[in-house]
Amino acid sequence: MQAFDIEVDFGNSRILHGVDFTAKPGEITAIVGPNGSGKTTLLRAMTGEIPHSGKVLLNEENVAGMKPWQLAAIRGVQPQTTNIAFPFTVFEIVRLGLSTVLSAAERDLPLRALEKVDLSGFGNRMYQDLSGGEQQRVQLARVLTQIWQPVIDGMPRWLILDEPVASLDIGHQFTVMDLTRDFAARGGGVVTVMHDLNLTAMFADKVVLMQRGQIAAQGSPKEVLTEANLALTYGCPLPVNTVPHDGTPFLLPQARPAQPI
Amino acid sequence: MSLSIEVPQQLSLPVDRRVQARRLTVILIALLAATSLLSLASGATGTSLWGALADLVAGRELSRLDRIVLFDIRLPRLCLGILVGASLAVSGAVMQGLFRNPLADPGIVGVSAGAGLAAISAIVLGALLPPVLRDQVGNYLVPVSAFFGGWGSTLILYRVSTRRGQTSVATMLLAGIALGALAGALSGILVYIADDNQLRDLTFWGMGSLAGATWTKVLAATPIVLAALAVTPFIARGLNGLALGEAAAGHIGIPVQTVKNTSILTVAAATGAAVAVSGGIGFIGIVVPHLLRLATSPDHHSLLPNAALLGASLLLAADLIARVIIAPAELPIGIVTAVLGAPVFLWILLKRHGAISL
Repeated sequence: MQAFDIEVDFGNSRILHGVDFTAKPGEITAIVGPNGSGKTTLLRAMTGEIPHSGKVLLNEENVAGMKPWQLAAIRGVQPQTTNIAFPFTVFEIVRLGLSTVLSAAERDLPLRALEKVDLSGFGNRMYQDLSGGEQQRVQLARVLTQIWQPVIDGMPRWLILDEPVASLDIGHQFTVMDLTRDFAARGGGVVTVMHDLNLTAMFADKVVLMQRGQIAAQGSPKEVLTEANLALTYGCPLPVNTVPHDGTPFLLPQARPAQPI
Repeated sequence: MSLSIEVPQQLSLPVDRRVQARRLTVILIALLAATSLLSLASGATGTSLWGALADLVAGRELSRLDRIVLFDIRLPRLCLGILVGASLAVSGAVMQGLFRNPLADPGIVGVSAGAGLAAISAIVLGALLPPVLRDQVGNYLVPVSAFFGGWGSTLILYRVSTRRGQTSVATMLLAGIALGALAGALSGILVYIADDNQLRDLTFWGMGSLAGATWTKVLAATPIVLAALAVTPFIARGLNGLALGEAAAGHIGIPVQTVKNTSILTVAAATGAAVAVSGGIGFIGIVVPHLLRLATSPDHHSLLPNAALLGASLLLAADLIARVIIAPAELPIGIVTAVLGAPVFLWILLKRHGAISL
């Protein structure tokens, strides 16, 4: 998945300044950065949700020329939050991920997807009654139902996630990140906006660090998540250590001493 | 200390509410048949449907009075009731799906008022058309104008209240009030300049009643209503997808813009046709879909056909009440649907206390 020279304006202010972005199949590419740095805007521009200039390619094909159903066949997108006005059950929401033409094998995909996000037995519950974290996992199950096989006809499929672990407890953060790693390991591409830098360091193959609508740094977690880069973008000291056995960076932020205001 | 919490296992396989919805369809067909028979059998005159049927079966000629009462009064009224009830309920359900909100209803957000203004314009200004043209368009002028009036107001409403794929309920309701007030004021001006003959037409029409049912009206409304109903199976999946929001609907492969345009045209056609032949009849469009969502599921594949059936039955029942409660006079049906529907509407609001974020 590639994006060239993406620019986005809201009113008179430019939110993204000519961003070039690349993500490879078989990898998890994480977009990180402080609030307002343009992470979600970049994701929404690349998925065509907001007006933008520039070009986006998916499996070498320009998405501008593709029909919604063609895109849906190779790309699933999970939004940050989804409010639903009507009393749909969890099962009915997940089933929306199925296309209209069904093979017999596809019919149990909603149940299998619910099992994957640790929501077996939740099928009859009303979506509206679930907690924010559970709703987020239901939406992920819906997206997984849509693009169950990471590779189809030799073409990778793409899982695009906007802060998929934002309201999850730590156990389910790992459930979801393991799922994305499995998707990438089987040949699919994962592009995800992340806030948690430790999870990012553990799971991402590539990190794109954004600041004020531009890419400040990109590369492996080890290259990008450095004390210098983080202090510059987040504006606070963030000591970075490394996990002894594999060299993965990790952050152990310290509270600053209290200062009289 | 070790933690040990017994967690009850939830091992229920999902109930497929589509099966329940299909069962409900069968029940609703039976209900519509029953209300239709009752509607044919009741009325101010002593004509008995059963007596007439017995006569027909025995090959006897019906009396002239019976023939007129059954075939020229009650039967067109029955057909019109079915068409109007189905239109109102389906346009409510489609509009709620489009706006992702259970409170959107053509009657509440000014679409009926827009259709009404266009219908009144057609009645009053239609007289200014050259006679040749008037003979040509004749019966279709009012329903077709009402369609365009409904279409225009739905379009304005959607434009005003939707930003980046999210519809603001507060803006929608406020814009609806503004549209309704404007349409009401312009209608008032037209009533003021109308002549006596037109005034009689307008009064009759404005009360919201099936009393003026004629075969001409049935024939004028039928193609529009059937076209609107025929479209609904094709937008059902799209409306289900729109429940996720416009962006997410697009991501599961739904041609969002097409679904939106089709829905707006469907609402306009169904509301326009209903308003043109029966005036303003409220609350069917909000109560029927709500009851059905409670009874089975919000899945539009079943919701839309079931809404048509239940809407038709409810309107026939309301019409029956309107006809018999102060017989031989009759109440405008709009009064009956408001008396029955407004409390249900309030009940919906009460049940959702705080759940509607404006």
